[in-house]
Amino acid sequence: MRPLTEEETKIMFEKLSKYIGENIKSLIDRPDGMYCFRLHKERVYYVSEDIMKKAANVCRENLISFGVCFGKFTKTKKFRLHITALDYLAPYAKFKIWVKPSSEQSFLYGNHILKSGLGRITDNTSKYQGVVIYSMADVPLGFGVAAKSTTECRRTDPMSIVAFHQADVGEYLRNEDSLT
Amino acid sequence: MGVKAQDILENIRKDEEERIKSTTVEKDIDVNLDLGNLLAVDSNPLDAIKLRRSKESYLMQLARGNTQLLLNNIWQLETERVEDAVVAKLPDPETRLPREKPIPKSKPPTKWEEYAKVKGIRNRKKGRMVWDDVTKSWKPRWGYQRGNDDTKEWVLEVPKNANPNEDQFEKKMKEKKERVAKNELQRLRNIARRSGKKVPGTGLTNLPNKQQSTQELEATFHQAKRSTASLGRFENNLRNEKPAKNQGKKRKFDPVIMISEKDRQMKIVNEMFKKNPKMDVNKAVNQEINQTTVRKHKPGKNGKGQKGGKKFGGKGKGKKR
Repeated sequence: MRPLTEEETKIMFEKLSKYIGENIKSLIDRPDGMYCFRLHKERVYYVSEDIMKKAANVCRENLISFGVCFGKFTKTKKFRLHITALDYLAPYAKFKIWVKPSSEQSFLYGNHILKSGLGRITDNTSKYQGVVIYSMADVPLGFGVAAKSTTECRRTDPMSIVAFHQADVGEYLRNEDSLT
Repeated sequence: MGVKAQDILENIRKDEEERIKSTTVEKDIDVNLDLGNLLAVDSNPLDAIKLRRSKESYLMQLARGNTQLLLNNIWQLETERVEDAVVAKLPDPETRLPREKPIPKSKPPTKWEEYAKVKGIRNRKKGRMVWDDVTKSWKPRWGYQRGNDDTKEWVLEVPKNANPNEDQFEKKMKEKKERVAKNELQRLRNIARRSGKKVPGTGLTNLPNKQQSTQELEATFHQAKRSTASLGRFENNLRNEKPAKNQGKKRKFDPVIMISEKDRQMKIVNEMFKKNPKMDVNKAVNQEINQTTVRKHKPGKNGKGQKGGKKFGGKGKGKKR
């Protein structure tokens, strides 16, 4: 376990800012306690300082997880969000896509969102903007990247992709053993 | 019975006659003999009729005759007796035979040999024996019981500027060992050079028939630059010099428990968002197109451009948050 280097922090924040913009600040500076980001086995954990201090006593090999895994660094040093971060990012999400109940399942199986499954979309969503996917009942389902801007969405045919799949809550079942 | 005995006697007589006769072989052209190689070369033409009639026996007879000639000549040589066997002393061979194995390839020169050739250094032969003043006798220059042996000295002078507590004997032994190790290393390097493979740790190995890549040259350049007493600290940079790659950069991480972590992260976030807003090219182009269409349609139909624009922004259905 170690704190992120400046470079790593920047990479991770840039990824997070795609979804929650400047709200990263409210993740760092929380009124209810001290929280920090720690790197362990190439994974970034968002953890309260108390738990972090306790976890610091466990040796590296034995430490499986602590706090909440936000994502991991790939071998090319890119940051990839994990679905476990959803609960922390969804409240701050700037751009959202609501999925119709009929295509909820398709998304939860790891497919992209088609125009036909698009219920609502935040205005002014630009192309390739990180979005949080919600069900029509306002339950966060996962992360995506807008494949088309809001205006483009209106014009396209129903079978074209509107949002690319990034992560979904179905992974809790599908990738049960690799999620930490 | 009498007849049989006579026959046998006759046969013996015939055999004897044949044997006595056959020790002398006559040839039209003398057979070339090379006694050193036990070689006889018969240059007489073959008898075509005899050859056709009975090939095997004719050739056998011919071979026997030539062998007889060879042996006759051998018997004329000096002979001596070695343990029940008569041995002839053969002269030197005359016919030059081709060698059995290919000529060994010459080894490529070692690094020192190459250097010596460039510098014109030549080996000066030294005698194997040297005069030893102590024992007043000639002794081998090196090796066991060498003369003027400097490893067997019982007292050594401590140099003026040396540390008095330093063991000069030990120092000498260490130096010798280092020299031996260095020599061994160079021997191995020469072998590696010969094999045409890369030698570790020497920067660029100068292989005879191999092109050097720019990467290799760069690595060597940086190694050479570092190879000064001050580890290249005072070397001047060249004009288009690239910084060295993979030069032992150590990773340094902060301690797990930090004090001002929050401030640092806030600083990073603030810096990220402080940047001047980038131009969204798509948006700008769309705006531009929009404006031009509005301008175009203004003189003809006043409302059309505006109407479209209104629809674009004002439709409440799509606007959520």
